[in-house]
Amino acid sequence: MNYSIVKRTIGALLIFESIFFLVPLITAIIYWETAFFAFLVSICICVGLGGLCLLGKNKNPAIYAKEGFVIVALSWIVLSIFGALPFYFSGEIPSFIDALFETVSGFTTTGATILPNGEAIESLPKSLLMWRSFTHWIGGMGVLVFIMAFLPLSGAKNMHMMKAESPGPTVGKLVPKVKETAKILYIIYGLMTLAQLILMLIGGMPLFDAVTTAFATAGTGGFSINADSIARYSSYIQIVVTVFMLLFSINFNAYYLIGKGRWKEILTTEIKAFLVIVVSAIALITANLLLTNVADYGYSFGEALKHTAFTVASIISTTGFSTENFDLWPSFSKTILVLLMFIGACAGSTGGGIKVSRAVMLSKGASHEVGRILHPNKVKKITMDKRVVEHEVVRSLNAYIIAYILICIVSVLLISLEGYDMTTNFTSVAATLNNVGPGLSLVGPTGSFAFFSDFSKIVYIFDMLAGRLEIFPMLVLFAPATWRK
Amino acid sequence: MKIIIVGCGRVGQTLAEKLNNDGNDVTVIDMSATKVNDITAKFDVMGVVGNGATHTVQREAGVNTADLLIAVTNSDELNLLCSVIAKKEGDCETIARLKNPDYSEVAPYLKEELGLAMVINPEYAAAEEIARVLRFPSAVKIEPFAKGKVELIKFKLQSGSELINMSVKEMAMKYKSDALVCTIERGDDAYIANGDFVFREKDVVSIIATPKNANEFFKKINYKGRSLKNALIVGGGTITHYLCSILSKSGISLKIIEKDLKICEELSTLWDKYTIIHGNGLKKDLLREEGIETAEAFVSLSDSDEENILLSLFAKEVGAGKLITRINRTDYDNVIAKLDLDTTVCPKNVTADIIARYVRAKSNTQGSNVETMYNIIQDKVEASEFIIKENSPIAGIPLKDLKFKDNVLVASILRGKEVFTPHGSDIIQAGDSVVIVTAELGIQDVTDILK
Repeated sequence: MNYSIVKRTIGALLIFESIFFLVPLITAIIYWETAFFAFLVSICICVGLGGLCLLGKNKNPAIYAKEGFVIVALSWIVLSIFGALPFYFSGEIPSFIDALFETVSGFTTTGATILPNGEAIESLPKSLLMWRSFTHWIGGMGVLVFIMAFLPLSGAKNMHMMKAESPGPTVGKLVPKVKETAKILYIIYGLMTLAQLILMLIGGMPLFDAVTTAFATAGTGGFSINADSIARYSSYIQIVVTVFMLLFSINFNAYYLIGKGRWKEILTTEIKAFLVIVVSAIALITANLLLTNVADYGYSFGEALKHTAFTVASIISTTGFSTENFDLWPSFSKTILVLLMFIGACAGSTGGGIKVSRAVMLSKGASHEVGRILHPNKVKKITMDKRVVEHEVVRSLNAYIIAYILICIVSVLLISLEGYDMTTNFTSVAATLNNVGPGLSLVGPTGSFAFFSDFSKIVYIFDMLAGRLEIFPMLVLFAPATWRK
Repeated sequence: MKIIIVGCGRVGQTLAEKLNNDGNDVTVIDMSATKVNDITAKFDVMGVVGNGATHTVQREAGVNTADLLIAVTNSDELNLLCSVIAKKEGDCETIARLKNPDYSEVAPYLKEELGLAMVINPEYAAAEEIARVLRFPSAVKIEPFAKGKVELIKFKLQSGSELINMSVKEMAMKYKSDALVCTIERGDDAYIANGDFVFREKDVVSIIATPKNANEFFKKINYKGRSLKNALIVGGGTITHYLCSILSKSGISLKIIEKDLKICEELSTLWDKYTIIHGNGLKKDLLREEGIETAEAFVSLSDSDEENILLSLFAKEVGAGKLITRINRTDYDNVIAKLDLDTTVCPKNVTADIIARYVRAKSNTQGSNVETMYNIIQDKVEASEFIIKENSPIAGIPLKDLKFKDNVLVASILRGKEVFTPHGSDIIQAGDSVVIVTAELGIQDVTDILK
């Protein structure tokens, strides 16, 4: 284990975090809020500690797979701990575990909150609201990818970090250099965020609301500055948010290819599957809403379609915004939504979940297995976009799914100690592990995670981080062999 | 530059590393996913799995925007095909590795007809390297220039050299040599030689000359450690074949020990003047009998690294000659470096070096009229080669009447197959290729050297 490079990277990360703090700090100055001091103190702490970590000469710049994973996992933990300081120092969230939960929820783009009700959210200083939303934006594309784009970290071996931080079963580069790839990704990300911001401003959204909503949508986070999330805005804005939630959950390679004028190549197996899932989920839920007890819900076809599209986009992109309390929808619709939580967005996007490409590969694998029972000597390889999926990838995919299910089961078990109902337990874990945000029942769109014990909150914090970093970096952190000399 | 490397063998890997470190955008192509994964995990390069000789795979690797494609797979035919396809598909420059002597003999034809920028034969390149060391054993550095027709040789003036305290002008008068002194490095300073410059002890002098003239020059100045008279070679493989042919006019007599009688017979028919010994080169007695103790150079060229290293160590033990050892595996080169084996030659490294040097020169000269460029002294002095066009301002006028800037030297003129060192009365003609040494870096055109 190369401790020296881990320490230095964490140091650089803290310096970057202090730069990130400037965004809410400026907000605090504009709105003349006392939270300014909370941010100022946090900046001083980050710069001080970060500077200490960067002192001295770098002896050994080698980053191997192990270091890459450890750096990524530790970075996210450190980032969250220091990111929680402003909430804690400002006194708005007096419990540090709560502050940490809120920050992890932000960085992992979950959007689950411990603020007990709408008033608590709306009474938060604007600078803290801005920080909440901004953590989504940073966490969406990945903080180390961000650092890589701007710092010449250690040359060649950065790919290990990018692999550990970026979502998806395989991570490829857009261009030969990692640094350039990271830059291109952030440029696409920035431009799309800007496009959404402008479209929402045209729709008459106040600037502060538009900026925070754009950050939260881009990262597919879901923190809103309102008690009723997006419900209070016009249909136009809701539609803009719907479209952008879907856009941000598509593999960013597609946008790079569009930029290069290679339109024909963007419809990959994964994106096709994603679109099929989205369209059929919208159709099924709309039909379900219209056909069951029309009087109860009282939606017109247009309204039903709009709310369903918004909710499906929000859940599959793992954003977690809401325009309607879908906890009140019929059971069939809710079950589809829970399934969408697990499927999640495309690989290489800012969304969470298992990822569409993994789901496609798994179902192909399962159908091949059936074929092999019928013809025991049948040879068939799993392919994606006419390319054979390497055995290594399939193996790690299987291991990933098993680890995913195990973590899910153990978490539900631990949460059930508190004695709430099964739906709450299961969907709260699904919502955090898949970085969605709201679940069903007590943790539904109108509920919150405030009432859980600190122990449960720590379980959720682990789940959110494990979900965002795709399990293994977090598990590597707990493997004793990682830390042995 | 954007570079595609087809083939992730050892040369491909070394190239990927070197070119990536030089700041190029490198994409590698190989059929084996394991090899591609391995290389992309080690270096900051992009990988594409597939057959590099198909235009679809090349397109995926970005051949349309690439500046250069280097084909270094194990198959010569595949390398040629890759180059041709890349030329058609992406109109980029191409370099192909050709191992088979049948092809490398007709390399000029292939280059011309298939539009290759460069053809490289690892064994031949290694043989050239060995030949250079044998001819100038104590040169600090030898670089081929102007397509190998002239060489740039750096050597150190040891105490007792005749040149010390002599000026460049006096030296030219006394020895009447056609070797041109270009630069002198003294401590951290570098000078471009003018007539009045006086040599001192420990100066590192670089000269530009054809290999033949350089040899004469060193003979005339009685430079210690000039060309050797004899060498003992163990192993009669491809490199030895090439070495025989390269050294055939050098006056170095070779003695070759080879255990395969058939190869011995072949060599002896081809090279009458060399002594070919049939026997096991690993036998101590045989080596002693054939004069390992008195040979001026001992070259171990067998296929096995371990044998070569052992033989060289033995030669060091019993003899005092220059050692040259062929090494194939470079993984342990730090360990080998400690063995103090004088010179080690690794064909694959030599290949990668030559290609990397070409790329470096190419990326330095992009958008200019420079044919090739070489850094004589890092960041201080460079040599550039230009082809003189019709109505160029320097054509048709005797050199002494041209007004050159300070610190500019016309070092060599190539006319057709002839190479000569320019004198004041010489006239540069259109179509000539000239080598110019300047202390001004980054000149773009030959007119830049005029006042």
